[in-house]
Amino acid sequence: MKLATLSKKGLIRSLNSGGLRFKIGAFTICLSSPIAEVADHLLALYGAFELIDDEAFIDFYTLLAPPSKVRRYFRPQVNFSFDGFIPFKPLPYNQASAMFEWGLNWCIANHSHQHLIIHAAVVERNGRAFIFPGTPGSGKSTLCAALVCSGWRLLSDEMTLLSLADGLVYPVPRPISLKNRSIDVIRSLHPDAVMGQVVNDTLKGTVGHLRPPDSSVESGAIPAQPAKLIFPKYQDASKTELTPLSKARAFLKVAENSFNYNVLGVVGFNSLGALIDASDCYEFKYSRLDEALALFAELAR
Amino acid sequence: MKHPLLCAAFIDPRTTLELDLPKWDLLIRQARSANVLARLGFLLDEAGISAQTPPQPLMHLKSAQLFFERFTLSLQWEISCIQEALRAVDVPLVFLKGSAYAIAGNNAAKGRSFADVDILVPEDKLQEVEIALIKAGWMTNILDSYDQKYYRQWMHEIPPMRHLKRQTSIDVHHNILPKTSKFCPDAKKLLAAIVSVSKENIWVLAPEDRVLHSATHLFHEGEWAHGFRDLSDLDLLLKEFSEDDNFWEKLLQRAGQLNQQIPLYYALRYTSRIFQTPIPQDILKATEQQSPNKIKQKFMDLLFLRALMPDHESCNDRWTGFARWILFVRSHWLKMPLYLIVPHLLRKTFRQLQGKDRH
Repeated sequence: MKLATLSKKGLIRSLNSGGLRFKIGAFTICLSSPIAEVADHLLALYGAFELIDDEAFIDFYTLLAPPSKVRRYFRPQVNFSFDGFIPFKPLPYNQASAMFEWGLNWCIANHSHQHLIIHAAVVERNGRAFIFPGTPGSGKSTLCAALVCSGWRLLSDEMTLLSLADGLVYPVPRPISLKNRSIDVIRSLHPDAVMGQVVNDTLKGTVGHLRPPDSSVESGAIPAQPAKLIFPKYQDASKTELTPLSKARAFLKVAENSFNYNVLGVVGFNSLGALIDASDCYEFKYSRLDEALALFAELAR
Repeated sequence: MKHPLLCAAFIDPRTTLELDLPKWDLLIRQARSANVLARLGFLLDEAGISAQTPPQPLMHLKSAQLFFERFTLSLQWEISCIQEALRAVDVPLVFLKGSAYAIAGNNAAKGRSFADVDILVPEDKLQEVEIALIKAGWMTNILDSYDQKYYRQWMHEIPPMRHLKRQTSIDVHHNILPKTSKFCPDAKKLLAAIVSVSKENIWVLAPEDRVLHSATHLFHEGEWAHGFRDLSDLDLLLKEFSEDDNFWEKLLQRAGQLNQQIPLYYALRYTSRIFQTPIPQDILKATEQQSPNKIKQKFMDLLFLRALMPDHESCNDRWTGFARWILFVRSHWLKMPLYLIVPHLLRKTFRQLQGKDRH
């Protein structure tokens, strides 16, 4: 049963009593929250996600709730908690949905050391995964959103899970987080793309989340073979330039962009080595998305 | 009170073979809250039944074990840095608690990660040790003069120090209980019995003293988030050391010498009740001389049997919050006599209200 089959009332009831249980890729989540906006966020962006029954094993029990009743009327706030543990300071109440996305990133990044976790967007076409590591502002999410809107399969816009066991990339298809100008860029490129509530003044500026394609969510259990490792750099008015990158440099750059490379030790080193061996590595400078899309379509053939 | 799944799994890991997925779900949650996920993983490995664990819970156990292995590596590095920093100081380098278990290769080190390394030095060498650590890059993060005085005049350790580059912490102790506590032992007796672990001036407390320190630390504790883990340490230490002949007699005798009969009484009472630690009847009987009257004992059971459970909603009942709060108050009570603790707490409260103090 998909989340979209629930009415808003039914969804709110689940969120308030025992939690809403659903699947994201290989992970199972239980989310509780008394906050109505969270239900809107889920209905807008999570419609294609599969609900799971009470007999399932839950990886992450999460809760979004105001820290105290006192502040309900005065600058209300929201806390994210992972089964009773609160990893962050509270945020303003209207950022509850964004906080769910960030909180879930934290849960996965800190408790899934069966993967080498790279801070990177990853998409797939013809069975080959393209990995885009990037620091904030490099344009990886924009590029990822544009590729996904033109038919590529979304594996993740934020974290690439490279399995230590088989070297494949495992999907966590979730809403794509777009910041500041890229929200309008994607909107003008794809006027029918579904965007959740856009929130101003977060720590990352203005943030909006783009609904992942239903087909990517439905194939969330299928891993992909890594093929290309591309370090994007958005630069105003620059030409579209794809430059090969030495494997040694690529190795170091991925290690820098990994959440748990330092935790994994030798196993992480070997996995990263295998990833670099299996992938063509490039640096990519761009300002025009249409040229970028054409280039990657060519590369994926 | 409910008996948590986690207790059953620690007493006999084979009980997990009977669990269905919703029970595994709860077991993993309890183990994570009690900070013993990696330890549970090792217990299942030792029992040879990890292969029968369903894949989803197994993933969480393995993930925690991987993280723990990395922790062990960093701990070894940290210990070697401390050793290097104190090479020129003429003191035996005695490690305490978690780092001691790791160095001595005790079972209690398995799956136990922690934030601070604790060392014990003779009180008259404190200054020398502190200066050597500062030279090697450690700094105290408590600069307030009242807090400095609180540590230096009353406590059993100097203010915690943090390494500027590595951000690791070290607690330098000269005793195992505050000077102001009426149970404070003679530290010279502890230092006289230390055992060497390597040729390189690395020492730990004698086995009996390691147990007593663990017990006194736990039963003087104010923060109870790690109660279950710490009691499990005691269970593992007792099981390991009792393979040695005369261990129990030596333990009793030592508790008398170090003024630690009461913590030992509680340690044996609750390890045997919660973990079914095999303790000879006559030893249990002998420590019961320290038992308070029946009513007080009932009350202490009410408190400890709750506070020692995993810190997870499924292990709480309506008295858990009360129990942890009372034990928090009790920990202050045991630290200092009333004429010191009342002004200290008033001062702390006042400073907190001013927003100057976050301790």
